[in-house]
Amino acid sequence: MVEFKREWDIFTSGHTACAGCGAALAIRTIMRAIGKDCIVVNTTSCSEIFSACFPRSAWKVPYIHVTFENGASVASGVSRALKAQGNNHTKVVVIAGDGGTADIGFGALSGSWERNEDILYIMYNNGAYENTGIQRSSQTPLYAWTTTSQIGKEIRGKQEPIKPMVKIAAAHGIPYAASASAGYLLDLENKVKKALNIQGSRFIDVLSPCVPGWKYDPQLTVEVAKLAVETGLWKLNEIENGDIQNEKITVQPNFKPVEDYLKLQGRFKHLTPDEIKYIQARVNKDWKR
Amino acid sequence: MVKTLEGSHAIAEVVVNCEAEVLACYPITPSTHIAEKLQKFYADGKIPEYITVEQEFSAISALAGASAAGARTFTTTSSQGVALMHEVLYATAGMRLPIVMCVANRSLNSPLGIWCDHQDIMPERDSGWIILMCESNQEAVDTLPQAYKIAESLLLPVMVCIDGFYLTHAVEQIDIPQKEIIQKFLPKFKPEFKLDSENPVTLGIYSTPEFLQDFREDIAKDVDNSREPIKKTEEEFSKIIGRKYGNGLIENYKCDDAERVIIAMSSFCGNIKEAIDELREKGEKVGLLRIKSFRPFPYEDVRKIIEGKKHIGVFDRATTLGGYPPLYTDVLASVYDSKLAKKVSISSFIGGIGGKDVTVEDAKNIFKSLKNKKIKREFV
Repeated sequence: MVEFKREWDIFTSGHTACAGCGAALAIRTIMRAIGKDCIVVNTTSCSEIFSACFPRSAWKVPYIHVTFENGASVASGVSRALKAQGNNHTKVVVIAGDGGTADIGFGALSGSWERNEDILYIMYNNGAYENTGIQRSSQTPLYAWTTTSQIGKEIRGKQEPIKPMVKIAAAHGIPYAASASAGYLLDLENKVKKALNIQGSRFIDVLSPCVPGWKYDPQLTVEVAKLAVETGLWKLNEIENGDIQNEKITVQPNFKPVEDYLKLQGRFKHLTPDEIKYIQARVNKDWKR
Repeated sequence: MVKTLEGSHAIAEVVVNCEAEVLACYPITPSTHIAEKLQKFYADGKIPEYITVEQEFSAISALAGASAAGARTFTTTSSQGVALMHEVLYATAGMRLPIVMCVANRSLNSPLGIWCDHQDIMPERDSGWIILMCESNQEAVDTLPQAYKIAESLLLPVMVCIDGFYLTHAVEQIDIPQKEIIQKFLPKFKPEFKLDSENPVTLGIYSTPEFLQDFREDIAKDVDNSREPIKKTEEEFSKIIGRKYGNGLIENYKCDDAERVIIAMSSFCGNIKEAIDELREKGEKVGLLRIKSFRPFPYEDVRKIIEGKKHIGVFDRATTLGGYPPLYTDVLASVYDSKLAKKVSISSFIGGIGGKDVTVEDAKNIFKSLKNKKIKREFV
């Protein structure tokens, strides 16, 4: 049993995240792992709104937010400024949501990867534009309801699967790309610590359940985040130096039925048995079962 | 040091002499040669960091990060590049980041054109950036060190604008302010607040309606109050380099006894001056009021010059569709609250759009049409 110490917290309590927020849980863990010698670049997102609303701040480390889509470029500038000043110890970390990362900020992110900027980029992935009221992003899962992937007579939820960000990161040949979950905090912490000791671009995609967006009981955040992994729907992996052939699975799923995960969430409540079967078949194919 | 070189290369040299530390550039005509030359200086180890970003949006964003981390920064762009930066230009001013950027002015699509006009910066006039319009390459290289001084002392970003091609691609003799001279004038950049893990600060916050207007009021006052510091900076630097361009905000070219005056910005002013010299030989009382600082706009100086004149012609190298053009509107605002508004006719001329040449002859024609009392609003 690890003793909990308040002073570890760099991302402090008192912020205004929803009860049961997966992102807040993940960020607290990430920041504990990183420690005080860092600069956080945040993008416009839930996390910005609930942590840095004037005149309060939840951050005990230097923090900057500029716009929605430029986390990777702002961090590039911070990183180069530190280099110009001969500072080779302060870590530059981006904390950004999935919309700001995989959609509107993707060009900037891809550019930073191509240049192999010395940045640890963490995407907390709650699978939608949750901050603005649950609109679909490229990280919204197949068939999920959002306010812009509605359930209608003709179309039922999001018609496209998630854009695979870890694979895309790895395809850039960056030193480290990994996927984590707010349900596996030790695995997340290990990945952050490992990434901190690597030079160049590092990317971690952290599944972070969202109570209002996913529509589940707030006390089930960890359970939902765990079930995503146990069912095989969310893969906990690491890919180093773009070597996709040697992808490492850090937590082996026990392949509970996907229904166990889907049935806890209101965003999937419209699914038919056939649709659930199709999602299960996709998982089986993905894991070659 | 006097050299014969392209305007773009002169700009690049003075950026090095200003000891900019982090650069982020994306090539776009006609600013590209500045970015290229600076990249060569980086390759030669004369610039600490140069980020070859994938778009202008990232260029200005990277500088936001670098400037917040305490580095002196520089970028250059034109036209669509300025437009792509738009969102971040407002953000950087609001965050009080003293970034300096050289804009090689060019038209905005559509139709697509690569040549000069001032349309690209007009959407940015309300951003909080100080906008300085240079007539010549010599003025531009003498303005850049001032831009850093103004930016870093007032914590406001500064745009130094030069006309695309007319200046960027002109090869001429230019006296480049040397590092030793600039160092005497421009102290090292040491911001009071920066991103530093020893002294954490939260920058770029979110604000509720309770506070947001206060932030806007603060920056509005500071931009308004930047007129005097801009004048003082010009005064100070002109003593060091022995060259002077008006009072830092405006240049008065033979206006004092003039009856007819053109108000304009940037390189066309060279042609206007030539026209004035020729017309004055024939006894015509004509003059030029050149606007150097488009933001903050020198309302007081403009009003003082207009006082006693009969006819004013404002030349805009940009359009406001569905409204009066930008410079014209500001000139009208300069006289609105005074009695002289009734005593003077102020006409509007739009020209030089998309690189359409505006010549000495065009300037003479504007002066000629100003003899007529009727207020004109027309394209040249």
